[in-house]
Amino acid sequence: MKLEDLRRIREKAEKEMKLREGKARIKIVVGMGTSGIAAGAREVLKVFLEEVEKRDLKDVIVTQTGEKGLASHEPVVEIHEEGKPVIVYGNVTPELVRRIVAEHIVNGNPVSDYVIEVRE
Amino acid sequence: MPKRLDVLICSGAACISNNSQLIRKKLEEVITKEGLQEEVAIIETGCMGPCELGPVMLVYPDGSFYIRLKEDDVEEIVKEHFLKGRPVRRLLWETPEARKIAEEKKQIPFFEKQFKIALANCGKIDPENIEEYIATGGYEALGKVLTEMKPEEVIDEIIKSGLRGRGGAGFPTGLKWKFTREVQSDEKYVICNADEGDPGAFMDRAILEGDPHSVLEGMAIAAYAIGAKQGYIYVRAEYPLAVKRLEVAIKQARKYGLLGKNIFETGFDFDVELRMGAGAFVCGEETALIASIEGKRGQPRPKPPYPAQSGLWGKPTLINNVETLANVRHIILNGASWFSSIGTEKSKGTKVFALSGKVVNTGLVEVPMGITLRELVFDIGGGVPNGKRFKAVQIGGPSGGCVPEEYLDTPVDYESLKELGTIMGSGGLIVLDEDDCMVNIAKFFLEFTMEESCGQCVPCRVGLKQMYDILDKITKGEGRVEDIELLEKLGKEIQTTSLCGLGQSAPNPVLSTIRYFREEYMEHIKEEKCRAGVCQFKKKEKLETVIEKIKDII
Amino acid sequence: MKREEILKKYTPELENILFILHDLQDNNPQHYLSKEDLQAVADYLNVPYSYVHGVATFYSMFSLKPRGKYIIRVCESPACHLMGSSSVIYELAKLLGIGIGETTPDGLFTLELSSCLGVCGVAPAVMINDEVYGNLTPEKIRQIIEEKRREK
Repeated sequence: MKLEDLRRIREKAEKEMKLREGKARIKIVVGMGTSGIAAGAREVLKVFLEEVEKRDLKDVIVTQTGEKGLASHEPVVEIHEEGKPVIVYGNVTPELVRRIVAEHIVNGNPVSDYVIEVRE
Repeated sequence: MPKRLDVLICSGAACISNNSQLIRKKLEEVITKEGLQEEVAIIETGCMGPCELGPVMLVYPDGSFYIRLKEDDVEEIVKEHFLKGRPVRRLLWETPEARKIAEEKKQIPFFEKQFKIALANCGKIDPENIEEYIATGGYEALGKVLTEMKPEEVIDEIIKSGLRGRGGAGFPTGLKWKFTREVQSDEKYVICNADEGDPGAFMDRAILEGDPHSVLEGMAIAAYAIGAKQGYIYVRAEYPLAVKRLEVAIKQARKYGLLGKNIFETGFDFDVELRMGAGAFVCGEETALIASIEGKRGQPRPKPPYPAQSGLWGKPTLINNVETLANVRHIILNGASWFSSIGTEKSKGTKVFALSGKVVNTGLVEVPMGITLRELVFDIGGGVPNGKRFKAVQIGGPSGGCVPEEYLDTPVDYESLKELGTIMGSGGLIVLDEDDCMVNIAKFFLEFTMEESCGQCVPCRVGLKQMYDILDKITKGEGRVEDIELLEKLGKEIQTTSLCGLGQSAPNPVLSTIRYFREEYMEHIKEEKCRAGVCQFKKKEKLETVIEKIKDII
Repeated sequence: MKREEILKKYTPELENILFILHDLQDNNPQHYLSKEDLQAVADYLNVPYSYVHGVATFYSMFSLKPRGKYIIRVCESPACHLMGSSSVIYELAKLLGIGIGETTPDGLFTLELSSCLGVCGVAPAVMINDEVYGNLTPEKIRQIIEEKRREK
């Protein structure tokens, strides 16, 4: 691969990460470092996948990421939506996942009590 | 870069229905009009609490709590408060409850006192997808190095940046690369030391799990600089997820031609293999690590010769820590002067710390060198929970020491910490409160190093056990006044005569606690008193006997 | 997998000894290295038995004694210690009726102490085989053990 090829991959990947390709309206990112997993992130990821499939939400993708660093608030989940600030939830449990999907993902109302950060 | 003012606007459901979004828009307009965009950060938060008083706004660092905001108030607040520093009193809620909320909200690390370089991608990308790494500029630095720079130029850049080893010793990285380059040999090796064994340290684990390619890229750049073709990452077996993520990353990098032969068609070959540890802390020491990779018992050997001259299989070997390597690509892309503009005169760049123990926000923080311990523990860490009093912060793991309250305003850098009798270490910071006994903590760290000793040299094998026995007696109320001097004497001897770093630094926690908490030792010895209530004197039951008793009952 | 098959996965070089020992141990339902295992490794790598024994006993993750299906490693490092690892150990000893370094009579669980697991932010923590569990309370431990008993 030449350096120019790397740059081409970069451009394409940047676009995909920004949801501009229209592949997804919402991206759910679950922190899956060992701290998150030790606090229950695998269950959280599982329930997100179940809920998204149950409701047949075709424009929502669920992915994972490494450890952001806020161990005391693990499991941590970020909701990325095109055109809106990123909403970060902390201390997420399987019950909270169901609320997030119902209230935030489907109806657009973040579950404020569990939001720990909002960033551009 | 950190902003002068942080303005938190509540975007909980109630405030939104009360037009907090309009307030926010107006705020942005007026701030831009007054030219304050670089100085004021606007952050939206979840519900802050007093919904009937909304829309609300919190301004830091002063903690002013504005309530019942209207669009018309915004201009006055920006001009009087943000520009002239005079909060608009008639709009403030000045009650104990307001102050409590302001304190609570401060505990969640919104503020950009953090500055992420090594952790830049952790929590932002999917570590099992190489294209996301590439999207953040991944492998650009390697491309630049291979196509535009000579190996000597790469080394110069790293030297100029002032990067020092992040594994604990703080040796100038660029110099290490230079020494390894200068040795003539047909084969050289680059090793990434991922045997993060310090109790309380998990920075490397987060980087390996969250951004493994940054380590691979750092190794490749180092290999080009010193003239190596093969690299190894030595990971401790207690990190199975890190092992998995690295395996995936190596496979993907090979698939994309970023590892292997003829990278970027420049004729440069470099490949990486994983090697696993098996539960031996001492293998974090360079020469022990090398012995372990070679298939031997992981026992250190005397230095010189240093690995740069004679390392893996006798060949010149460069060993660098995970965090050190993760910094490399940023230095290449942004330049040495950018990196050296961060931090202090002798400690450049940032450091990742792992906060644990009696602190509200546990986890990882990356901060510029030179930040004070107080800022780390109280501002970013959120202080000690449950209303307890801070006692000390243990830095540097089993090789480090404790810092009491009087020295909290010490800047965090290699030299200042050494003067206090501790070391920077790998970055583990354990916060202790009034319920923790300093003698017990010292004993705990010593027990660890004693068990992990490889057994080769007498000072460590025998000396540490002697120190441990004395400490054990003190915690049981059987200590004598002469024991303190004996511990100090023994400790200094072990420091100067041990064969490797493990033994040389093992007495540090004991010597440091004696230095700052001598009264506690005296209380244990003379009064059989443990002010933290931890040590049980009359009938101290060992864990084993209690478990035996439980077994009998069952 | 049989012992010979495992050995053949690696070239007979000394540098592969840790991989081989890990692999042999992980493939043994009792998670340990037997005398026959060590002898086979010695033969394969062409070194004395005592050499292999020396390496296997140097590293704390290898066991020469049979262990259970689930190896429970409780972190007893300072951060976990401060946050209550002793009560985790008591709870497990009570639940399983065994001491440290011992295996339950049904061969399911072995209780061991471990050095730092690197999840100090969610202390106290334990590692069961390859999985890490943090933010432990006596209640959570009971749930985890129940879960493992059911998985059997």
